[in-house]
Amino acid sequence: MTLAEFRGIKPGQAAAPVHRRGAHPGPAEYIKIGLTLAVITAVEVAVYYVDALEDVLVPILIVLSALKFSLVVMWFMHLKFDSRLFSTFFVGGLILVAALFVIVLATLGGALV
Amino acid sequence: MQHSPALETNTGLDNRKLLMWLFLASECLFFGSLIAAYLLYRDKSVTGPYPEDLFDIPFTSVSAFILLMSSVTMVLALAAIQRGDQHGLRIWLFTTAFLGILFVSGQAFEFTEFNREGLSLSTNLFGTTFFVLTGFHGAHVTVGVLILLSLFVMAQRGRLTQAESLHVELAGLYWHFVDIVWIVIFTLVYLIQP
Repeated sequence: MTLAEFRGIKPGQAAAPVHRRGAHPGPAEYIKIGLTLAVITAVEVAVYYVDALEDVLVPILIVLSALKFSLVVMWFMHLKFDSRLFSTFFVGGLILVAALFVIVLATLGGALV
Repeated sequence: MQHSPALETNTGLDNRKLLMWLFLASECLFFGSLIAAYLLYRDKSVTGPYPEDLFDIPFTSVSAFILLMSSVTMVLALAAIQRGDQHGLRIWLFTTAFLGILFVSGQAFEFTEFNREGLSLSTNLFGTTFFVLTGFHGAHVTVGVLILLSLFVMAQRGRLTQAESLHVELAGLYWHFVDIVWIVIFTLVYLIQP
């Protein structure tokens, strides 16, 4: 069985309608996301200079960075709206990276901080 | 120039876009390996200079902000071509390329400053892993700028129409990927220090 048959696509059916789960957002949404990213970056840098947050600095920075990463991937790269197959490929790559990090740092003695 | 009509594919998806996502997945591993090597070796140098002696966080924050904003202009270029706005496409493509050039220039300045402070590719383990990681990222940004300028020239000559928006979308995917890699590098390399 081909992937197309598995997905219920009939022979001769155009590819385009299957391509998207939803329409891409418009410029207004993109600018809102851009402003959010700018604010998060400002918070990241501000947090870096607050001595009182020294003990929780690493988790805060990682959460903020993950938030920025997700916003760009979901909205600007359209993974939120496009085919799940693209997400599968990309998340697969990220899972392999996470495994690589754990294996390298655990076996060779590196650390995040 | 003749363009072949969209072909029916096994997955129901455009193969060029599928290939780009596969390429980006492989790039995750490429940069993941370089970042892991940096984290492993950055505090194992026996001679200086060390990261805390060199990093200029305000300067790098501005660079990070510039690259982040270039992602916004890139997606606005895509939105423009998808609605057939050629003028908007040219403006946003050029702005994105300009911001990319600004980022690479900042990186070249940073590398020069670090070199002046005594850090080179062979000074210590920090220097080796830092320059290889950020150098490869800078090379990716440079390639992205060249792609954007090529698209800009195509748009100027009227060879980038609404029907060919996929070219801009693929360039955008590459550009946003370069941006998210910098989001990770900015946090793990610059902000979180041992």
